[in-house]
Order: sequence, then C-alpha cells, then structure tokens
Amino acid sequence: MGKYVEKEALPPPVSTTGPVAWVRQNLVSTPLNTVLTLFALYLIWELLPPILNWAFFEANFIGDDVSACSGAGACWVFIKTRLGFFTYGFYPDPERWRVDISFLLLALVIVPQFIKGFPYKAWIGVAGLTILPVIVGILLVGGMFGLNHVETHQWGGLMLTLVLSYVGIVAALPFGVILALGRRSEMPTVRLVCVAFIELWRGVPLISVLFMASVMLPLFLPEGWDFEKLLRALIGITMFQSAYMAEVIRGGLQAIPKGQFEAAAALGLGYWRSMGLIILPQALKLVIPGIVNTFIALFKDTTLVLIIGLLDILATVQSSIVDPKWGGVATEGYIFAAFCFWVFCFGMSRYSQALERKLHTGHKR
Amino acid sequence: MSQNQSDITTKPKQSSSAFNDPRVRGAVFQVLLVGFLVWFGWTIFQNTLQNMESRGITTGFDFLSNPAGFEILMSLVPFDSSDTYGRTFIVGLLNTVLVSFVGIVLATILGFIMGVARLSQNWLIAKVATVYVETLRNIPLLLQIFFWYFAVLQPLPSPRKSLELAETFFVNNRGLYVPAPVFGDGFTAVVVTFFIGIIASVVMGKWAFKRFEATGQTFPTFYASIGLIIGLPLVVFAVLGAPLSWDLPALKGFNFRGGVQIIPEFIALLLALTTYTAAFIAEIVRSGIMAVPHGQTEAAESLGIKKSVTLRLIIIPQAMRVVIPPLTSQYLNLAKNSSLATAIGYPDIVSVFMGTTLNQTGQAVEIVAMTMAVYLTISLTLSVLMNWYNKSMALKER
Repeated sequence: MGKYVEKEALPPPVSTTGPVAWVRQNLVSTPLNTVLTLFALYLIWELLPPILNWAFFEANFIGDDVSACSGAGACWVFIKTRLGFFTYGFYPDPERWRVDISFLLLALVIVPQFIKGFPYKAWIGVAGLTILPVIVGILLVGGMFGLNHVETHQWGGLMLTLVLSYVGIVAALPFGVILALGRRSEMPTVRLVCVAFIELWRGVPLISVLFMASVMLPLFLPEGWDFEKLLRALIGITMFQSAYMAEVIRGGLQAIPKGQFEAAAALGLGYWRSMGLIILPQALKLVIPGIVNTFIALFKDTTLVLIIGLLDILATVQSSIVDPKWGGVATEGYIFAAFCFWVFCFGMSRYSQALERKLHTGHKR
Repeated sequence: MSQNQSDITTKPKQSSSAFNDPRVRGAVFQVLLVGFLVWFGWTIFQNTLQNMESRGITTGFDFLSNPAGFEILMSLVPFDSSDTYGRTFIVGLLNTVLVSFVGIVLATILGFIMGVARLSQNWLIAKVATVYVETLRNIPLLLQIFFWYFAVLQPLPSPRKSLELAETFFVNNRGLYVPAPVFGDGFTAVVVTFFIGIIASVVMGKWAFKRFEATGQTFPTFYASIGLIIGLPLVVFAVLGAPLSWDLPALKGFNFRGGVQIIPEFIALLLALTTYTAAFIAEIVRSGIMAVPHGQTEAAESLGIKKSVTLRLIIIPQAMRVVIPPLTSQYLNLAKNSSLATAIGYPDIVSVFMGTTLNQTGQAVEIVAMTMAVYLTISLTLSVLMNWYNKSMALKER
C-alpha cells in the first residue's frame, strides 16, 4: 500500500484570476465594452499628455517675474508672486500674522473632527461654532487690545472667502433651527410666516439677494444707519442660508419617531424643554452631514460676492490676470483658484459621506 | 430626574391661570407675531419712502414706459435703444428662459449619460465618469463660467482667422456662426403636421394601452409614434418640394454676414451651466438606479422578460421615482444659476434689468421686486409641473 502523498493544489487558471482576468471582466467583456474601452483610452491618450506637459514638464516654477516664463507651459511663477494677495487681499502686510493665527485656530478646531476618538472632540466643535467666531472677529477687525483697526474693505482673498462662508453658516444655524421649528408648529400664523420666508429665499438666486443687500438694504434702514459692504453681504448670505438650513433641519426633525415627542410630553416637559433636551439634540446629530453639504454649497456660492464688489479669492485672481505685465495667465489663475476650492469641497464632501455612514444607525425605520 | 420629581411633589395645586392654557398662549403669541411683522413692515416702508424722497428717487412703475437708450447684445425680440425699459424686462426675461431651457435639456442628457457611465461594468469608463463628476461639482460655477469665457473663448482667433467646419460653421472670438434656416412658402403646413403627429400619437398610445389591457395584444407604439411625429412631417415636406433653405454665414470685410451668430457669452454660460449641473444630475441618476433592488432584475429574468424590456418597464420606472424630486431641485438650481450671466455680460434679466436699467433709473425697490417675482414664478411653476409629474409616477398602493 502506497503512502498518501499530498499534492500541492494547482494554481487557478490564468483566465479566472489575476490581471488578465481582470482585464477580461472589466474592460473587454462584450464588444460594446471593448469599443468603450478603446474610446476611453483614446480620450485619455489625447488629453492627458498635453495637460501634464503644460502643467508640469514644460511649466516654469522658478523665478520672480514674467521673464522667468518660457511660454511653452504654465507660468506658475505668476501664482507664486501673487500668493500673498490671493490669501490676504489688501490686508496690511505687518498685520498678516493676525490672519495666520486665525487660520491656525480654525485648523485647531477642524482637524480634531477628523481624528477618531480625539478627547473633547464635541466640545471643541461647539467652541468652534461659538467662541471661535468672536476671537477671530476681534483678531481680524482689531481696534481693541492694542491691535490696529483694519477696515473690512482691505480684507480679501482666501481669508474673505473663509470669513463669508464660516460666518454665513454659523449665523444661519440658529435662524434655521427657529424656522424649522416654526414650519412644524401647530400655530397656523407661525407656520405660514415660516413657510413664506423659507420659500421666498429658496426661490430666488443668491445673486439677487446680494444685489438686494447692497442696493436696497440702505434704503430700508433709518437715515444715518449705514453698514459696511461686507456686513451687508453677510446679512444677505445669512438670510439666504438660513432658509436652506431650515429645510435641512426639518428633514432631521421629521426623522425623529413620534414616540420621542410623546415620551417627552409624558414626562411633563413643555414645548421648549422637550425640543431643547430631547428632539433637537437627536435631530441635529442626524443632519450634520446635511449641514456639511449646505456648507459646501455656500462655500462655492461665496464667489458671487465679487459681483457686488467684494474681493474674494476668485476676485483676487480675476483682478490679477488682467494685469498686462503678465499677459495670458488666465488659465493658470483659474486653475489655481479651482484647485483651492476643489481641495476644500472634496475634503468636506468625503467627511460628510464618512459621517453619514457612521451616523446611519438605528434611526431609520 | 430628581428635580422633576420634587417639582411634582411641591406643586400639586392646579395652575388655573389662563396663561398656562396652550391655546390661549398660542393665540397671544400669534397676535404678537403678526403685530411685530406689521410694525416691522411699516417701519421699513416708512424708511424707504423717506430715504427715496431725500435722494430724489421717484416711485411707481412709470419708468417702464420711458425710452431705455441703450443697446442689448442679444435679444429674441426686436430691440433698439429707442425702446422702453419695459421692453428691456421682456428681452432679459426671454434670454433667461432661453439659456435655462437649453441648459436643462442638455444637462439632463449629459447627466443621464454620466450617471449610467459611473455604474458601467467597464472599469475605465466608470473611472472617467467619476473623475468628471468629482471635479466639476467641487468647483464653483462662477469660476467655471469665467474659465470658459476668459480662458477658452476669448483667446480664440479673430473673425478673419476663424476655425471652420465644412465652410458652414465658424468659431472665432465673436462667437459661433451657424447657418440660419430660411422658411419658404408652405413650411407652416409641415409644422402643423408635426403637431398633428404629436396629438395622434398620444391618442394612439391611449388606444394601444386600452387594447393591451383588454386583449393582452401589444402594439409597436414607439415606432408608430416616431412614424407619426417625424415621418409624417417629412412626407409633407417632400411633397411640398422642400420649402426650406439655409442662409450660410460668410466672411465679408472684417466680420461675418448671414447665418446666426451665437454670442460667446451665451456659449460660455451654457457650457458651464450644462457641465456643472450634469455632474449633479449624474449623481442623482446613479443613486436612483442603485435604489432599485437587484431582486427586481432577477425576478424579471426569471419571468423570461427580455433585457431591454426589463430596463424600460421595470428598472427605469422604479428608478425615476427616486430620481424626480432631486432632479426638480437641480432644474430649479440651473434656472437660478443662469443669473450668474451678469458676471460675463450675457444679457439675462439680472444683467439687463437689475443691472443696466437699475443703474439708469435708480428705482431699486421696483426693479429688484420685479426680478425676484420672475424667479419666484419660474421656481413655483417648475415645481408645480414636476410635482404633478411626480404624482403620476409615484407608487400607487392598492
């Protein structure tokens, strides 16, 4: 009797695993698929090399003025020399450290939100929504604690974009909560007023809201009251954003099971206490991804302020590329601005998707 | 918790004060709210009147019949500088409607293609579509409009060195020139047959459905409709001796004569609106298709239904239910976003009416109110239409 000798298992046939099978399954499974693959390859072949050449291989990175640019590829020197303007606008040079500290504070609030299990994460987040705007406001405006006053018309660039979107979202949050509660109120007048307010702002484009804020707001106010342009834009953005915020929060309120309202009532809690202690904490937690999404939309929409004459990052780029000294750097400028926006928006949308998966627990029926 | 309990034990006496009655409280609160709003509105009204008086601005809508005195780059109705401000409103409105309508149609087509492409089994196609969506929807629309206008269309060659296609289409820094149709005698008959074809195919569809319900026999409605809507007018067109010719654009001196000029502002705005909104529509379509459980496809397969029929009668109708509500809001967004035209000078309602006309007349309140009313009307009309369509598509539970 022979002894049993274990044979080594044969490897799987090449046609079912490994790169060959992957190509077969994913690229050439049917005639149509093959045609599509060839089409996509052609597209990539036609587009990618020229773009890479322009942006990297033939581009100019070193130098201080237009003479450093060969003209064959992108002239990144332009971006390098204007970077300060794109970041701070006309914020006076010796005071720019104040903006830097504000950026740092913002990062200190935001970065922990991405780290799992960071201590006091939630409290840091709350501080970011309440204390941070006050500190940053004092830092940027100045005029107290020995800081020089900086007029808001000198603000600009990335800093102004961040200020507009951050203030817009923070100020819109309480209004949004009130409007959302009002829309679900049992009092007909309150409901009507809230629905009218929300639908009015949601029905018109932001640009007409900004026009209204810059042209009509001065007419509405008693004589002698006048706001700066930045503040008027902020008022317009807040009104507009609170309507969108209200709809997001209403979605969260609707997702809370009826039992929670009934349980709160059974405990003898009044309206405000049951909302504040039971319903809103759950609803707001549910809609964090939605709030992040409206924040992304607002962040992109802040570019519209250039139409009423504020100098956000796109406006700084726009005013730099018309400089005849450089000539024909429009594409470089726009790509730089697009890249800045893309990094922020893509990062935030990934964050909101991750949150959505994490919070997707127990509330769905 | 303990505090609540002590509340209950220490305050057993019933509070019979009317203020604790939720109905009375509600009434008081509502009266206060209405009072506040009336006071607020009145204050603003008074301030506005006073401010306008002190700045010497007249009120009322009389300015609409004054001559405008400026030219408009593009208008669908005849317009020159001796026309009234009221007519600038119409011109702007029509331009807004035009770019929104064309944009919605193109964005829907591109968006559906990209949405399906992202779900393609072909890895390469899916990745290309993903890169498209993730790039375009994370860059502000205004930046994209600027990019198309200032970085792509403006550096194009001058009319004398235009890029051309078969000597009928020309592109240069003044826009795109395409042949203009010249309608001959009897072309109205073709148009009339076209509409008759539409009506006939609707009637036929109803008849075919009734017959299918009654007898189970199918009828090739789709091909018959194509025959009625496209074939019939073509036959009439041929019988009447092709009453249509083309006016080709041609270079005369420094500029083009003949044909239709599509201004670069329109092209830039349309391109940006279409590609930007299509990225969002692609995501909506993808989530809609993914929302249909795979069991539906398997059930259709086990019933022996053909693949194309499965897609048309089982997958798409169920996906549309998920797709339509967010699609509506994308259409509304596109219509509202068309107001960014003002940044590059396409003469839409914001740029012509809320821009030039407002600057010339100074009547901010009337003009901003009229413009906002237009957008509100567009928004409400579109959402009513889409709600009606949504209702007809919604799940009918028996």
